[in-house]
Amino acid sequence: MAQQMTGAEMVIQALTDQGVTDIFGYPGGAVLPMYDVIFQQDKVRHILVRHEQGATHMAEGYARSTGKVGVVLVTSGPGATNAVTGLTDALMDSIPMVCITGQVATPLIGSDAFQECDTVGITRSCTKHNYLVKNVNDLSRVLHEAFYIARSGRPGPVLIDIPKDVQFALGTYYGPAEIETTRHKSYHPQTEGDARLIEAAVDLMLRSERPVFYTGGGVVNSGPEASESLRELAELTGFPVTSTLMGLGAFPGSSKQWLGMLGMHGSYEANMAMHDCDLMINIGARFDDRITGRIDAFSPGSRKIHVDIDPSSINKNVRIDLPIIGDCGQVLKEMVRVWRSKTNESRAEALAPWWKEIASWRKRNSFGFQQTGSVIKPQFAIQRLYEAVKGRQDVYVTTEVGQHQMWAAQHFPFEMPNHWMTSGGLGTMGYGLPAAIGVQVAHPDALVIDIAGEASVQMTMQEMSTAVQYELPVKIFILNNERMGMVRQWQELLHGGRYSHSYSESLPDFVKLAEAYGGHGIKCDDAADLDAAIKEMLDSPKPVLFDCLVEKHENCLPMIPSGKPHNEMILPDFKGDVGEVIDAKGRELV
Amino acid sequence: MNAHLQPTGSVYFLAPETQTPERHTLSVLVDNEPGILARIAGLFSARGFNIESLTVSETEHEKGLSRITLVTVATPKVLLQIKLQLERLVPVHKVHDLTAEGRALERELALVKVAGTGEPRAEALRLADAYRAQIVDATTESFVFEITGKPSKIDSFIAIMVPLGMVEVVRTGLAAIGRGAEGM
Repeated sequence: MAQQMTGAEMVIQALTDQGVTDIFGYPGGAVLPMYDVIFQQDKVRHILVRHEQGATHMAEGYARSTGKVGVVLVTSGPGATNAVTGLTDALMDSIPMVCITGQVATPLIGSDAFQECDTVGITRSCTKHNYLVKNVNDLSRVLHEAFYIARSGRPGPVLIDIPKDVQFALGTYYGPAEIETTRHKSYHPQTEGDARLIEAAVDLMLRSERPVFYTGGGVVNSGPEASESLRELAELTGFPVTSTLMGLGAFPGSSKQWLGMLGMHGSYEANMAMHDCDLMINIGARFDDRITGRIDAFSPGSRKIHVDIDPSSINKNVRIDLPIIGDCGQVLKEMVRVWRSKTNESRAEALAPWWKEIASWRKRNSFGFQQTGSVIKPQFAIQRLYEAVKGRQDVYVTTEVGQHQMWAAQHFPFEMPNHWMTSGGLGTMGYGLPAAIGVQVAHPDALVIDIAGEASVQMTMQEMSTAVQYELPVKIFILNNERMGMVRQWQELLHGGRYSHSYSESLPDFVKLAEAYGGHGIKCDDAADLDAAIKEMLDSPKPVLFDCLVEKHENCLPMIPSGKPHNEMILPDFKGDVGEVIDAKGRELV
Repeated sequence: MNAHLQPTGSVYFLAPETQTPERHTLSVLVDNEPGILARIAGLFSARGFNIESLTVSETEHEKGLSRITLVTVATPKVLLQIKLQLERLVPVHKVHDLTAEGRALERELALVKVAGTGEPRAEALRLADAYRAQIVDATTESFVFEITGKPSKIDSFIAIMVPLGMVEVVRTGLAAIGRGAEGM
């Protein structure tokens, strides 16, 4: 039923019609008409952030933990440019997001007006798609189309730039049912995998003796059913499973078939299995450089199956023997069905030698560390945190970027998808705190923890104010080594220990800082006090900044050094000079 | 000082290139909307693809469709990426690799201004006739020729006009279409 209303009213109406209940934003001159509409309704809750980047990461956390589209509303000019980092982050990690920006009135566009910027020009390469709406009668179509594009196919951020005069203008609003966005004239993502290719894939799987499932964020994006199908397929086949950073949680960390994360800081067994396998089954991952290491020595003896909804991911970095374009969930479900139709027998015997080999790699205990004395090892801190919340169903973890992120991925196993939020592709420091707030908005009663570093967390620290305002009791667990730990580690490995600007001087007193914001501050620097301090954090009804002072020079291991293949990892028990492992050629590569 | 450590790229490991680059003509059917050319050009620059020539114009007004003919030089692996990345853009309907599909008709138009008097002027006129170039503007000391054909024909026409007093040349870039009854 078409209705007459203003452009600003259409935006809020469309959000309501799309089932949006929470949005993250910051007002400004070019979005005032929309804020006026928000003021006069109570269906859409607006969370006022402290910086537009925070709004984008909150929307990412919200989206990743619910499977819904995250929504951001910001003003023109600086509002839009501040959102660019989060848009790029969402694009790299395939997070569904709709970002609405205000723009100066259409007659002023191009005149260098106050708070004008070329928003669609700036965001063209960091969104899945973007729009500048110059006619109010296009607005409802664009709004519904944006939601459809953001969540379908390979999800991603979509931006809609709305000039102020269009927000004031009267026009005709059409609801989602009248627009039929799924019959878009040019955008038709392929979701169903080719049945013959799926059957061929199962045939390869039935014949393989050293197989491995390499799963990624696509399984999480595909929804909880995809994770269910993955678990079912893994159980049927008896194959080992490893995952990228983005895919953690899709397969339970407690399973015997779980090898741990793979890649640069992944487990020895996962990387060795990838290197020595005869069949690699990639489900929704994209052969990122942090995963493959040296491309020409990547898994030399395997056939490779790649399931991805984005055709451009296939054969981009690694040559694929059997590509299947489609939605991970649908393809996994089909694989289960086809497998069942072909055999009832367990392949345990055929796979026994492979599992024996994997067991020998596991014995290397590549995530091992030794906690001795009172100085807290960062890995130990994460382990104690995990032990304190183990078994709870409502635990969500976000991270910042750096060593702490890798340690969290190594030492905090997940049983369910959508419970782990991290910036994988872009590696955005400052992601975790606002992402945690976004998760807490979606899950008010859950326990949301940001495993942070003291350097990263300061990039978006001001969002503590948002957490306090909306009584969102996020727990910011800061592994404080007074260093940009990963930078420091690379300088040790690659630059002769010349620690150029990689230490944090003049750090704030995080306890006082938490109190200044109206939150709760905790400091712990003794391993013996850690459990009690973690309990204090979990018991607090407020947002908490937990300043956990840890060993300052701990390196994040294991590690595949630059320019090396998977089977040449540096393990924690390595005794030589790590600086010698990487040659001049490797140093040239990031 | 650290010249030997200058980065060679932003990737983790650069595998040596084993494939040889080829020149391919792509035909891209797109929505005729503001910014579409910027999307295509931005995609090529962001991903380090080459554009040798690009022509664009609306072709189906009622449907709001434009056809872009794009010439690129890339290895087969990159060519596939170019096609798939173009197809990811929301306003792109279809991408055809006309070179891979074979036997496409390729034409380009050039306007060539030649100035001179006496024998070189007469020679330019004779050669233009041999190349079936049209005279679209004439003064007592200059001609503007219009020539249509394959790029190689235009290249050779320009090459022989240079010593005969060529002042300037403008080319449209390549327009290409598949042969036979089938459309794109």
